Amino acid sequence: MQAYSVDDLSSAVQPARVHRKLYTDPAIFELEMERIFGVAWLYVGHESQVRNPGDYFLTQVGRKAMVVTRDDTGKLRVLHNQCAHRGAMVVASDCGHAKEFQCVYHGWTYHLDGRLKAVPLNHGYPSDFDTKNPRTAMTQVPRVESYRGFIFISQAAEGQSLTDYLGHMATSLDDMVDRAPDGEIEVAGGVFRHAYNANWKLYLENLCDAAHPWFTHRSSIDAAQQQSDDVYSDGTGEIAIRQMRQNGAPYSFWENQVGIWTYANGHSYLGDYHDDKKLTASMEDPLFREYIGILQEKKGKEETDRILKVRRWNSNLYPNVSFMSQYQQLRVIHPISVNRTVVCTYNFRMKGAPEQMFRNTISFANTVNGTGSLVLTDDLEIYNRVGIGLHSEGAEWIEVGRGYHSDVRDEFGGLKGKNSTSEVYIRNMFDAWRGYMLGDKAGSAQTMKESA
Amino acid sequence: MSNAALKVASSTSLSRSDCEDFLIHEARLLDEAHFDDWLALFTPEARYWVPSEPNQKSPLDTVSLMYDDRRLLETRVRRLSSPKIYSQEPRSRTSRIVTNATIESTDNGVTKVRSKFVMVEYRREEQRLFAGTYLHDLVVIDSAIRIAFKKIDLVNCDAPMDGLVVPF
Repeated sequence: MQAYSVDDLSSAVQPARVHRKLYTDPAIFELEMERIFGVAWLYVGHESQVRNPGDYFLTQVGRKAMVVTRDDTGKLRVLHNQCAHRGAMVVASDCGHAKEFQCVYHGWTYHLDGRLKAVPLNHGYPSDFDTKNPRTAMTQVPRVESYRGFIFISQAAEGQSLTDYLGHMATSLDDMVDRAPDGEIEVAGGVFRHAYNANWKLYLENLCDAAHPWFTHRSSIDAAQQQSDDVYSDGTGEIAIRQMRQNGAPYSFWENQVGIWTYANGHSYLGDYHDDKKLTASMEDPLFREYIGILQEKKGKEETDRILKVRRWNSNLYPNVSFMSQYQQLRVIHPISVNRTVVCTYNFRMKGAPEQMFRNTISFANTVNGTGSLVLTDDLEIYNRVGIGLHSEGAEWIEVGRGYHSDVRDEFGGLKGKNSTSEVYIRNMFDAWRGYMLGDKAGSAQTMKESA
Repeated sequence: MSNAALKVASSTSLSRSDCEDFLIHEARLLDEAHFDDWLALFTPEARYWVPSEPNQKSPLDTVSLMYDDRRLLETRVRRLSSPKIYSQEPRSRTSRIVTNATIESTDNGVTKVRSKFVMVEYRREEQRLFAGTYLHDLVVIDSAIRIAFKKIDLVNCDAPMDGLVVPF
């Protein structure tokens, strides 16, 4: 594998274009795992998945197997799922409840915070063997914090705080929670795990891309537009077909009325593009009328108006999570190799909202995140095609310059596209990439941005 | 195409061999990409379901790899014939074996049939293997066998998977 100097990496990200090797070279992928995923704040799960002490679930952080749990004092802990003795995976069930974690190889038993509790035959180890020695513990991730129930970790002992990392994008997480009448959301309704044969970065690069639906999703747009609404639906197809039709909004709409905003650390969000009365909180729909009534009762009219005025589509927190606050969807990106990515998607139930809204959330998830979705399957095909295309040496550089000369500052210190189809959010992610990969302070590099 | 399974059913009571003939016919329609003919096998209020979890109780409260009411199933099938379905350029080729059919129950004119299937899908130099259990609710309408409900339990339904475009 080729070794990359700082200069090599620096020259691979130029104003408005990046080198294709960033998507194809295993050596760069290894560096990304170390310098980005090994350092950055990463989303690992939601507190509703570990309500009580002893609740746990497994996750992959980058390529590392980890256990997310809550210890006896109620504190969130994230442990490498690895026995301190011989390295075996300790916890084998995807989720559950435990009083302690026990390795089934030689019986090493750990407290919920990872400290070693007991070892069978412990007289047989060297004389300095001590269960209090951190060397005998399951390794803890040094920084675990949650923001309004969303759990993030950083594998760097020191660095930017979670608050600074989120910055203005915390308002997107707020939006997700504020929409729940009882002010609380919970993970519910299962998981999709969809996969493609290409680089992890492509996923986030597609989620704020307002220029692709008209083209990429043409088959589902056409099929949905031609569908008779007189045919039987139990509600599922109705939501799905309405969503597919919305993807058919004309270019002029995508270009001028959606909006794309970017912030420090590679984050971004695309404005919402829906006007369907069953997909946006509309008083024309009886279910939403009921919901808005509950919201007003619990939060007052002014706060309800403020909440419903926030209209965002995908919010991306670089490098590993994207969510739809308005639609209660969240996707976590798991890089497997330079050419393979798995994305796990979750749904949230809003406490206090009518149950039918959660059912609509499920229909919506099947449509936008489903492995067998009529929409997502064309996105996966695009990732695969980009993956294949980038391995060709025909064109060395990838263009990410759309909107480069017209991006403008926004009032919260970010940079937004003059038009919603600006690739400003991709350039913004590569700014963050440079920050992590070149050792600069994340988000401080400005080479991809023209000063406005 | 074999028309054996399209023969007029003499009564609402289906034998195992009626059901097997029908399942083989359905599998052939799918393998030969006669999706419109496949859609015509379903009743006007049919539902088609591929759960995302083993023992998933409901398609309404938990996500599904595919869950189509009749309206969405029509849209899915229409998309399959679109020249702009890029996830099917090139087209998948599939080969299915349906076997181990048993009639689980017959109530109110609904025959519940359980069977096992293996499907190989080949596309763009990659071959994938799917296996699982089919559950069909079959009814007789105007002397023809129709599907009121079809559930496909994949053995690997909760595994990370590349996109699923061809119906099971």
